[in-house]
Amino acid sequence: MLLIRCPYCELELPELEFAYAGEAHIARPADPAGLSDEEWRDFLFIRSNPKGVHFERWRHVNGCARFFNAVRETVGDKFLATYRAGEPRPDVATLKGDAK
Amino acid sequence: MTRYRLPNRGRVDHARPVRFTFDGKSYTGLAGDTLASALLANGVHLMGRSFKYHRPRGPVSTGSDEPNALVGARRGPGRFEPNTRATIQELREGLEATSQNRWPSLAFDIGSVNDHLGSLFSAGFYYKTFMWPRAFWDRVYEPVIRNAAGLGVSPTEPDADTYASRFAHTDVLIVGAGPAGLAAALAAGRSGTAVMLVDENAEPGGALLSEPSVVIDGKPAWDWLATTVAELNALPNVTVMTRTTAIGYYHQNLVGLCQRLTDHLAAPPAGAPRERLWKVRAREVVLAQGALEKPLVFDGNDRPGVMLAGAAQTYLNRYGVRVGDRPAVVTAHDSAWHIAFDLAESGTRPAVIVDVRDTVDPALTDRAHALGIETLLGRTVTGTSGRLRVKSLRVNRMENGAVGAARDIACDAVLMCGGWTPCLHLFSHTQGKIDWDAGIQAYIPGATTEAVRIAGAGRGLWGIAAALEDGAAAGALAARDAGREAEAQPHTVTADRTGSGVTLTELPTDRNPAAAKAFIDFQNDVTAKDIRLAVREGMRSIEHVKRYTTNGMATDQGKMSNVNGLMIAADALGKRAPQVGLTTFRPPYTPTTFGAFAGYRQGATFEAMRKTPIDPWAEAHGAVFEPVALWRRARYFPKPGEDMHAAVARECRATRASLGIFDASTLGKIEVVGPDAVTFLERMYTNPWAKLGVGRCRYGLLLGEDGFIRDDGVIGRLAPDRFHVTTTTGGAARVLNMMEDYLQTEWPDLQVWLTSTTEQWATVALQGPNARKLLEPFVEGLDISAGAFPHMAVAECTVSGLPARLFRVSFTGELGFEVNVPARHGRALWERLWEAGRPYDITPYGTEAMHVMRAEKGYIIVGQDTDGTLTPDDAGLGWAIGKAKPDFVGKRSLTRPDMVAKGRKQLVGLLTDDPSVVLQEGAQIVADPTQPIPMTMLGHVTSAYRSDALGRSIAMAVVADGRARDGETLHVPMPEGVIAVKVVKSTAFHDPENARLSA
Ligand SMILES: [Zn+2]
Repeated sequence: MLLIRCPYCELELPELEFAYAGEAHIARPADPAGLSDEEWRDFLFIRSNPKGVHFERWRHVNGCARFFNAVRETVGDKFLATYRAGEPRPDVATLKGDAK
Repeated sequence: MTRYRLPNRGRVDHARPVRFTFDGKSYTGLAGDTLASALLANGVHLMGRSFKYHRPRGPVSTGSDEPNALVGARRGPGRFEPNTRATIQELREGLEATSQNRWPSLAFDIGSVNDHLGSLFSAGFYYKTFMWPRAFWDRVYEPVIRNAAGLGVSPTEPDADTYASRFAHTDVLIVGAGPAGLAAALAAGRSGTAVMLVDENAEPGGALLSEPSVVIDGKPAWDWLATTVAELNALPNVTVMTRTTAIGYYHQNLVGLCQRLTDHLAAPPAGAPRERLWKVRAREVVLAQGALEKPLVFDGNDRPGVMLAGAAQTYLNRYGVRVGDRPAVVTAHDSAWHIAFDLAESGTRPAVIVDVRDTVDPALTDRAHALGIETLLGRTVTGTSGRLRVKSLRVNRMENGAVGAARDIACDAVLMCGGWTPCLHLFSHTQGKIDWDAGIQAYIPGATTEAVRIAGAGRGLWGIAAALEDGAAAGALAARDAGREAEAQPHTVTADRTGSGVTLTELPTDRNPAAAKAFIDFQNDVTAKDIRLAVREGMRSIEHVKRYTTNGMATDQGKMSNVNGLMIAADALGKRAPQVGLTTFRPPYTPTTFGAFAGYRQGATFEAMRKTPIDPWAEAHGAVFEPVALWRRARYFPKPGEDMHAAVARECRATRASLGIFDASTLGKIEVVGPDAVTFLERMYTNPWAKLGVGRCRYGLLLGEDGFIRDDGVIGRLAPDRFHVTTTTGGAARVLNMMEDYLQTEWPDLQVWLTSTTEQWATVALQGPNARKLLEPFVEGLDISAGAFPHMAVAECTVSGLPARLFRVSFTGELGFEVNVPARHGRALWERLWEAGRPYDITPYGTEAMHVMRAEKGYIIVGQDTDGTLTPDDAGLGWAIGKAKPDFVGKRSLTRPDMVAKGRKQLVGLLTDDPSVVLQEGAQIVADPTQPIPMTMLGHVTSAYRSDALGRSIAMAVVADGRARDGETLHVPMPEGVIAVKVVKSTAFHDPENARLSA
C-alpha cells in the first residue's frame, strides 16, 4: 500500500484514502463540436501508458475530496511528486535528481 | 520417556507430557515440542507422501521451509487446516493430526504406483501427455490428475474461527529474533526509538536455540538469550512478538505480519481470534532472517530419515530429540561436522561423516577421530536404501573426477548439508537487487529500494559473532536514521562455530543418472533430471525452467530448492550461476490462511450495511430484504401464506387501485448550489435546465464523455441557484465523483458547490389514486391540488409539522408524491402516514413491486436495462437530449460513426406468445431458433415480470435494430425449449397516455 502526499492536505497518507483517476493533463477540448472524429477519439481513448514516468490524476476521495496530479514511476511504482490541479507538469529530470 | 528423547536436554518441559494423535494413534510429547519433534521423539519419521510420486516422506527441516511433513490439523468441527507444517505446529494437548495424500494408509499407499511410472510425470508432463483428444481433458485427465496429485484436502465446513487485523507504526521493524535481530533490537531499543522485533518461532533466539554451547558476553548462549529478551521486554519502546511471520514486504516499508494467536493453545479463550494480520509501517526495517540450509542432491535424498544436518542439530539441542540411533552425515560444508560432534557427545555416535571435499580443516577430522567417528573425504553419495525409513547410504570414492568403487554404510538417518543460502525472500519482495557473492558462492542482497538493512547470515555473514556485530551495527544505524543517538554495542563470543563450504550441483554418480531420483524440490517432486530435461527441451530462462518443472512453486516457495535448481540449470546451460539469475520470490513468505487476510470481513461484518431510517419499521412488518449497492432494501412485505409473486401482485394491485407507500430514502441526492449551478447542470446533463422554472422538476439523463448512459434521476429546481438532484441508489457516489471531477478540473471557474445529501433526507413515496387525499391534510403552506401542484412540481413546505421538500413525481405511473423530510423524522412521518392511510387500504410495497410497476410504464433502470453500451437513442431516450445545447458531457460522442450506425441494439418491449411465460432476465434472443449453434444473437432480455395490471408477462430487452422490428416474432432459446416473443417498439405497456399520473 503506497503512501501518497495530498498537495492540498500537505500530508502523506495511505493509498486507502485515495482513488486513481486516469492520466493527467488531458484537458477536455473547449469546442468538442469542432473536432474531427479522429481527434475526438484520441481525446476519449488514447493514453500514453508508459513504462516509466507517468503523469496521472488522483483524488483524495476519503479525505479532502480534491483531485490532484502526480508523477509516478510505473516500473518501481514510486511517486516522484504530487501537485495541485492546474499547476504545470514538474520537470522530470529535476524530480529524478531529487529522488536520488 | 520416549525412546528418542534425551532426559533434561533441550528447551522442552520434561515435566509436562502432552498427549496427541497422529493418524488416529495416540502419542505423548512434551510441552515445547512441535508436532514434528514429538513424532521424532516417538521414532516416527514417516509423516507424509509426496505430491506426484506419492513417495514416503519425513521431515527435512525444523521450520517454515519444511516441504514434506505436511499434515491436516483438527480441533473439533469447523476447525481443520490442511497442509499444516508439522515443524511449525506446536504440540498442544489433544491435537488431532492426520497425514495427507495417501490411500488407504500412510505406510501402504496405492498412489505410490506413480513412483514406478516416473517417466510419465517428468518435467512438463502436463503439457505433453494429456493433449488429445481434447474432450478427454475435462472428463478424464483433469479429474484423474486432480485425484492423484495434490496435497491436503480443503475443509468442507465453514471456518469456525475468527481473525483479527491491526495497523501499527514503528520506527524500526526487525524481522527475525536470532542473534542478529536481537543485537539490532538492543542497539535500537536502547536509543529509545520505537522498535518491533518479530519472529515466526514460538520463542526468540533463532540459531541460538540450536547452539547452546556458544558463549556470549561471558554467558552460555541460553543465559545471554534470557537476559537479552528480559531487557528488551522491559524497554517500554520495544515490542517483541513471537509466532509472527513477516509474510510480505510492500512499498514504503509496509510489512505484513501474520501472528498466530491460538493454534498452540490446548484451550483457547472463548472468542479469541485465531490469527491477527498486521500492517506495519516502519520508518526503518532490519531484515535478520538468517540463512537457509540447502539439501544435497543425490539419488534417494528424500527417504524418511534423510534430513538437513542443521535440523538434526535443532531437534537434538532445542527439543532433546535424537533423530536416529546411527545417523550418517553427508556434507559440503563445515557446519555439519559440528552437528556430528554434538550428536556424538550426547551419546549418539554418527556412523560416518562423508564430505564431498578432498580436504577440510584438520581440526575437524581430528575432533571426529577423537570422538570415534569415521570420516570419508573426497567422496560422493550415489544412493540410499529403505522403503519407509532410510537403511543405508551408498558412498563412492572420487578418483580424478571419476566415480570409483561404492560402499554401503548402514544407518537409520542421513544428515545432509549442501551449504547455506541467505534468506532473500522479503528483500526480493522490495525488488531489491540480488548479487552473487563468489567468495561464499551464494546470492546476497545488493542495492536496496527501501529504507532497509540486512544483517547477519541474511547477507552471508556466517557465525554467531558476525551476526551479533552486524546486527548491532544495523540496529544502531536504523535508530540513527530514525532520529536517535545510538551506538552499536560490542559483543564477545567464544566457542563460535563458523565454517565454510562449497556450492554444488547434483552429486556425481556411477549409476544411470536418468534413473536417479535426486530431488531438488521435495514437495513438487522435481528432480535434477527434470531440470536438465527442461533445458534440453529448450527452456533457457530460469523463469521458464521454474514453470516447466514447477521447481520452487510449491507451498514452501522454493526455500530449499531454488538455489540447487539454479545451480543445475546453470550447469546444463553451460553458464555461471549469476548469468542465469534467481527467480522472483513473491509474497506471502509462508502459506497464509484466507481467514487472516479476510480478518473482520466475514459474516455480518463482511461489508458495511446501510439502513434507512424506515428500515426498523419494515423489519417489524415482516419485510423480506434485498441488498442494493450497500443498502438493504425491503423487497416485499409478504402476508401469511404469500410467496413473493403473490405479495408483489397484491402490492401492485393495491397501489394502482388505491394507495401504496414506499421507502425511497436510498435514492441518491446531491444538492447543487451556486450562481453557476444552472450552467453546471447544462454542461453535465443532456437535458436543458436554463428554462426550468423554480418549483419544477425534470428527468435528467447523465452520459459519460463516451456518449453512453451513466445515470438518471429527477432534478428539482428549488431556487434560481439551488437544485435537488436525485440519482440511482447505486450511482450516487459515482455521480458525485464525476460532478466533482468536472467541477474541480475542467471548470474550476464555475461558482458551484456540490453536497451529498442522500443520508440527510428520508424519502417517503406515496403512489396511487388516493395519494393526494391522504397527503393533503398533512401539508401546510402549499396547495397540492392538481392545478396548483401538477406532475413534476417541487416545493418546500411543512408536512405533518416537519420541514419537507415535496415532489410530485411518479415511478409507478400513478398519481404520486415523494416527501423528503430530515432523516431523523423519517420513521415518524412514515408511521403517521401509515396510520392515516388505513381508510385507503394503504399498502407498503417493496423494490420488487416498484420494479414491476415501473416496467409496466416502460421506465428504465440504469444498470439493469442499460449496461454501459447504450446511448440515449438506443434506450429510447432521445427526447431527453437538449438539441439546442451547444455542448454537454458526451454530446460529441453521439455523432461518432459507430454511435449512429445501423444495427445498434435498442431497448424494446417483448411480449411472449404465451402470456403466462415470464422470460429469464439475461436470456439471449435469436431470429431463427433452428440455426446451428453458435447462433447469431440479436440481444438479450433486460427486465421481465409477471404484470398483474396487464394480466400477462411483460419484458424489456435490447435487440439489434429493435424498433424497426416492431411486431416481428423472435425467439428466446432456453434449456426447457424455445420461447416465441413478439417485439413491441414502445415499452409503455400500461396507460401509455399517462392519464393516471396526471390526475
Ligand atoms: Zn487531501
